Amino acid sequence: MAALILLPLVTCLVLAASTAALRSPALCRFSGLAAAATVLGSGIALSAAVLNGSPSTAGGLLRVDALSAFMLAVVGAVGLTATWGGLPTADAPQQDWMFSTLVASFLGAMSLAVLADNLGVLWIAVEATTIATAFLVGHHRTRRSLEAAWKYVVLGSVGVAVAFLGLVLLYAATVAAGRPTLSWVVLTQGHLALDPSLLKVAGALAVLGFATKAGLAPMHSWLPDAHSQAPAPVSGLMSGVLLSVAFYAILRVQAVVNPVLGPSLMRGLLITAGLLSLTVAAGLILRQRDLKRMLAYSSIEHMGLLALAAAAGGTLAIAAALLHVLGHGLAKSSLFVVSGRILAAEGTTTIADLRGLLTRRPGVAVPYLAGMAALLGLPPFSLFFSEVAIVVAGFQRGLGWVMVVAVLLLLVLFAGLARHSATMTLGTPGGTSVDDASAGSPDPAPHGRQAPLVLALGVTAVIGFASGPLSTLLHQAAAILAGAR
Amino acid sequence: MSTGLFDQLVGLSAGVLLLTSVLLVWKRSLVAAVRLLAVQGFALATLVAVIGVNDHDAQLMAVAGLVLALKGFVLPWVLDRSRVRTGAVREETPLMNTTAALLALSLLTMLAYLVSQPLRVLVPGPTTAAVPVGISLVLYGFLLLTTRRHAISQLVGFLVLDNGIATVAFLTSGGVPFVVELGASLDVLLVVLILRVLTSRMTAKFGGADLDELMELRD
Repeated sequence: MAALILLPLVTCLVLAASTAALRSPALCRFSGLAAAATVLGSGIALSAAVLNGSPSTAGGLLRVDALSAFMLAVVGAVGLTATWGGLPTADAPQQDWMFSTLVASFLGAMSLAVLADNLGVLWIAVEATTIATAFLVGHHRTRRSLEAAWKYVVLGSVGVAVAFLGLVLLYAATVAAGRPTLSWVVLTQGHLALDPSLLKVAGALAVLGFATKAGLAPMHSWLPDAHSQAPAPVSGLMSGVLLSVAFYAILRVQAVVNPVLGPSLMRGLLITAGLLSLTVAAGLILRQRDLKRMLAYSSIEHMGLLALAAAAGGTLAIAAALLHVLGHGLAKSSLFVVSGRILAAEGTTTIADLRGLLTRRPGVAVPYLAGMAALLGLPPFSLFFSEVAIVVAGFQRGLGWVMVVAVLLLLVLFAGLARHSATMTLGTPGGTSVDDASAGSPDPAPHGRQAPLVLALGVTAVIGFASGPLSTLLHQAAAILAGAR
Repeated sequence: MSTGLFDQLVGLSAGVLLLTSVLLVWKRSLVAAVRLLAVQGFALATLVAVIGVNDHDAQLMAVAGLVLALKGFVLPWVLDRSRVRTGAVREETPLMNTTAALLALSLLTMLAYLVSQPLRVLVPGPTTAAVPVGISLVLYGFLLLTTRRHAISQLVGFLVLDNGIATVAFLTSGGVPFVVELGASLDVLLVVLILRVLTSRMTAKFGGADLDELMELRD
C-alpha cells in the first residue's frame, strides 16, 4: 500500500517536470488531465484499501486513513472535472507548457497535503499551492489579473505564515511535554500532556491561518478577485480543491486541540467565521454583477456552511460536511467550466449582458442550469442531503440559533443565485447584447466537451443516496476525527 | 559555552532583530530597508548558531548556515534587484505617518509580551524570555504590510513577518523538524521570487510598483 500512497505524488511530479522540460504539445494538453486521473484512481484504490484494512504509513511522514483517502478522491474527482472540462477545443488556442506544469504541480501539492501525517508537511504543501496557483491566477497578464495575483499571493502567504506560527507553538508545546513531534497520529493519541494555555494560542493561530486559505470571512478578500481573474478551469480547481483542502487542515487541527481544551474554543472561532462568511456572501451575491464573482461568493457561502458543520462536530455533522465537500467541489468546478465557455462564446461574464442564454445558446445554458440546480441544493443532488444533515446535526449538538440564522442566510443566497441565473438564462435577449448570434437561429454548440460535466453532475445527483462503501468511508472518516473526543 | 555568555549572545541577537525592525518601520528609504533586512538575516543566523553551539546540535548549525545564506544574502539581493528595476528609492505614500507608526509599535510590543506569557511561564529560560521579540517582529510585519503602499515595502513586511516566525521557532524549540525547515525556507524563497516577477510585470504595465494602482477589483 505504501507504493499506492506514493503513486499520485510521483506521477504529478514526473508529469510536471516532463511537461516543463519537453514542452511537447501532447504533454501540454494532457498532463493536467493525466495527473487528475491518477490522483482520482489512487484515491479510490486507497479508499478501498482503507475499508478492507488498517491505516497505513509510508516513510513516517505520509499516512492514509479514511479521511485522507476520501479527500484524495475528492481532489482527483474535482481535478478531473476541471481539467477535462477545461480542455480547449481543437480550434481554440492550446494551453502553454507553463499552465499544464503548474496544474500538475498544484494537484501534486494538494495530494501531498491530504496524505501528510506531519502537520508541518501539510503546511508546506498548502503553501506550495499558493506558489503553484500564483501564475495561474495571473495567467492572462492583464492589469486586473495582475492585481488579483498580487493580492492572492500576499494574503495567501501571510495567512499560511500565521498558520505556521501556530504550528511552531504547537511544536513548542510538544517539546515542553517531552516528545517533540508534529505527527498528527501521535498528537491525537492523547499521551502528550500539552500545555492548555499554549495550545490555545497555537490552535487559534493555526485555524486562523488555514481559514484564510479556505476563504472564510473576514479573511476572504483575495477569493473573489482570484476566482474571477483566473482561467475557468483554475477557478474550478481553486474553489473545489484548494478551499476544501484548507478546510481539511482545519479539521485536523481541531482534532488535535479539542481533546485537550474541549470544543468551546474551536466552536467559537468556527461559528464566528461561518456566520460571517454566510453574511458576506449573502450581502454581495444579491448585488453581484459578474458571473464568476457570483460563483466565488457562493464558494465563500459553502465554506461558511462547512465551518458551521465543523463547529457542530460529531459523526453526523462531519460525515455530512465531507459529502458536502465532494458535492460542492463537483458542482462548482462544473459551473466554473461552463462560465469559461460562456466567456468564450459571449465575450463577457457580466450578468446583465447575458440575457436569454437558454434560447440563444442552449449548449451552454442547459449545463449551467443543471449545475446551478445542484449548487442551490435542489434534490436529488447531494448538496440537498448534506445541507439538511448539517442543519439537523447543528440542532442536535445545541447550535439551534446558529442554524436558524444560517438557514435564513441560505434562503437569501438561494434567492440571489436563482434570480441572477434566471436573468441570464431566461430573460428576453435584447438591449445592448443583440449581436449576430442572438439575431439568428439558436446556437446549440456546447463549446467544449459535455461528458465531464454530465459525469460530474451525474455523480453529484447519485451520491446523495450514499450507501454501502461511500457511507462507511464517510463515517469512518468522521469517526477518526471524533475518535479522540 | 558558559551560561552568562549564552544569555548575553541570545539577548544581543534578539536586540538586533528588534532594533532593525523598528528602524524598518521608521525609515521610508527602500535602499535602507533592504540593507536592514540583510542585517536582520545576519542576526537571526547568529541566534540560530548560538543556540546550536549551546545545545551541541550539528543539524542546527547547518540550519544557521542555511538561514545566513537565504536571509542574509539571497533574499536581500533579490529584493534589491527588484527595487532597482522599479526605479523606486522611497516609500512615498504610507497610510500612517512615522509618529503614529512608532506609537503603534510600542502598543504592538506590549501585545507581544502579553501573548507570549504562557510560553514564558511554561519554560522559563533565556531563550523563551526573548520570544516576545519574535512575536513583535510578526506584528511589525503585519503593520508594514497593511500601511505601506509600495510593492517592495510589502515584500519587506512579509519578510519581517517571516523572520519573526523563524525567531519564535528557534527560541522555543530549537527550530521545527529539519524537513519542515527546508520546505518552509524553499516556500519563502519561491514566494519572494513570484512577488518579484509580479512586481516587474507591474512596472512594465503601470510604469511603477505603487500598489494604489491596484484598485480595479472591488464590489
